[in-house]
Amino acid sequence: MSWRQARLVAHRAETPTARTLVLEVPGWPAHLPGQHVDIRLTAPDGYQAARSYSLAAPVDGERIEVSVQRVTDGEVSPFLVDGYREGDPVEVRGPIGGWFVWRPQQTEPVLLVAGGSGVVPLMAMIRARRAAGSRVPFRLIYSVRTPDDAFYTEELRRRVRDDAGLDVAHVYTRQAPDGWRGEPHRLGLADVNTHGWPPELEPLVYVCGPTGFVEAVSDLLVGLGHPARRVRTERFGPTG
Amino acid sequence: MTALPYVDGNMLDGPLGEVFAVDLSTATARCAHCGTTGPVAGLRVYSHAPGLVGRCPTCVEVMVRLVRAPDRAWLDLRGTTFLQIPIP
Amino acid sequence: MGIVTPGFQGRPRAEAPDLPPGQYLTPDFPVLSAGPTPRVPRDTWEFVISSETGTEYRWSWDEMMALPQETPTVDIHCVTRWSKLGTTWRGVSLDTLLDGVDTAADYALAHSYGGYSTNLPLEDLRDGQAWLVHTYDGDDLPAEHGGPARLLVPHLYFWKSAKWVRGIHLTVEDTPGFWETAGYHDYGDPWREQRYQGD
Ligand SMILES: Cc1cc2nc3c(=O)[nH]c(=O)nc-3n(C[C@H](O)[C@H](O)[C@H](O)COP(=O)(O)OP(=O)(O)OC[C@H]3O[C@@H](n4cnc5c(N)ncnc54)[C@H](O)[C@@H]3O)c2cc1C
Ligand SMILES: [Zn+2]
Repeated sequence: MSWRQARLVAHRAETPTARTLVLEVPGWPAHLPGQHVDIRLTAPDGYQAARSYSLAAPVDGERIEVSVQRVTDGEVSPFLVDGYREGDPVEVRGPIGGWFVWRPQQTEPVLLVAGGSGVVPLMAMIRARRAAGSRVPFRLIYSVRTPDDAFYTEELRRRVRDDAGLDVAHVYTRQAPDGWRGEPHRLGLADVNTHGWPPELEPLVYVCGPTGFVEAVSDLLVGLGHPARRVRTERFGPTG
Repeated sequence: MTALPYVDGNMLDGPLGEVFAVDLSTATARCAHCGTTGPVAGLRVYSHAPGLVGRCPTCVEVMVRLVRAPDRAWLDLRGTTFLQIPIP
Repeated sequence: MGIVTPGFQGRPRAEAPDLPPGQYLTPDFPVLSAGPTPRVPRDTWEFVISSETGTEYRWSWDEMMALPQETPTVDIHCVTRWSKLGTTWRGVSLDTLLDGVDTAADYALAHSYGGYSTNLPLEDLRDGQAWLVHTYDGDDLPAEHGGPARLLVPHLYFWKSAKWVRGIHLTVEDTPGFWETAGYHDYGDPWREQRYQGD
């Protein structure tokens, strides 16, 4: 697997601190929802930094999308969110990871649990489900700090309306929107019980976000009786 | 929540993809220390280090180390009894 | 070299004339970790030097703290290319610890709580070149930087300065440690850029 040259062809803000980058990667092979790429940046003096980013959208020819959350004091993410300009090159390696993926042929119900930017690969699954016309029941539980931090808010609202069999529940940890029932809290047992699938339905569960979040949620799920092998995880590291 | 400094074995596919033609993230590995068998994708990978260190999620011992020099790579698998690789 | 992305600088870094080749200055103190950070209480902490004949020399935390203390100010160089100048530590010179240790060994293998290890020639631990340090910049050494105590061997790449160090085996043959068995250099002189085996 080698580095390919890519170019920024479009971008859109997802939140005040995150944006989606649309990259054109000549020679890009197909990928599966859940996979990620490594993006490598080179400074004029030859210094390089590489980071992993999940693919946010299903296959679209030579175009790929990633959504990047700005991490305060981070080396790469502030540049990708604020500094990287249309037309400029980066290097991309991928697609990476054959385990944390959802294939449209799969038939079991799916529970997606996201913390912060961990929603990105799960969004790719939701979009791929729609693109494939799959009728597999999907539920997404999405934990964010405040409503302003949520990615893809409009699109998720639309998909819940239009994509039969998709449910989305947000959990707010710092500040909830008006009309949301309950106090802001960390995602817990009650949320998973209310918005998830019981283990008896044998769902496949995908958990993604900062390592601490993924650790806590996967412990919770296994404690509820979901077999560990059906709880797939993607940890973004301490920052996520 | 404490800042846990590791990610999943999934990410090994990028760096290992420079060494192997097969996708190791779908492979299964057996830990040489505790005998647990599970997906390579489920290893705990410490990447903020001079190399990549993949640890068993059960006993946290080292199963894989990958060091990348500009012109060479070292792969140390002494903590892994076997790798089972699907060949579809 | 890869393709330059306009505007990308990366972490603030400066080249300086007094740096080893391929290194840049960092204002931070990056934390590298190859595994979970061990939490070692001082009341169970111990430091053990074992000679090639099996004789062991042990220090409890209080015994170590009762030894003469030094306050070295040194430059450190990490093999991941960052360097930090003028860092100040406090601890016991390895000369003090090795004084009275009866050995004919030529090599040392430092080993740590948590399973880490690194090898170096015994002579590089002597003559005011190495310390067992418990204080950084006036404060207790934080666990993520190797506390309660780490080795400090600043004339070699920083992976030789084992975090959470618990002892040193003195050996007749050089025994590669954690990174040295996976491609890194047995000696690791930053001025000769000995990063990898064969450099
Ligand atoms: C498989 C995978 C997929 C990812 N997908 C996405 C995505 O879709 N969107 C997204 O926004 N992010 C994603 N991430 C996270 C992303 O790769 C970066 O970690 C993130 O953008 C921060 O990078 P940075 O250079 O800005 O911060 P850095 O400069 O790397 O880090 C900021 C601070 O966090 C610490 N830190 C960061 N990572 C580690 C680590 N692994 N171990 C120890 N300390 C660490 C640093 O030491 C520093 O103090 C993904 C990560 C992985 C592994
Ligand atoms: Zn194990």
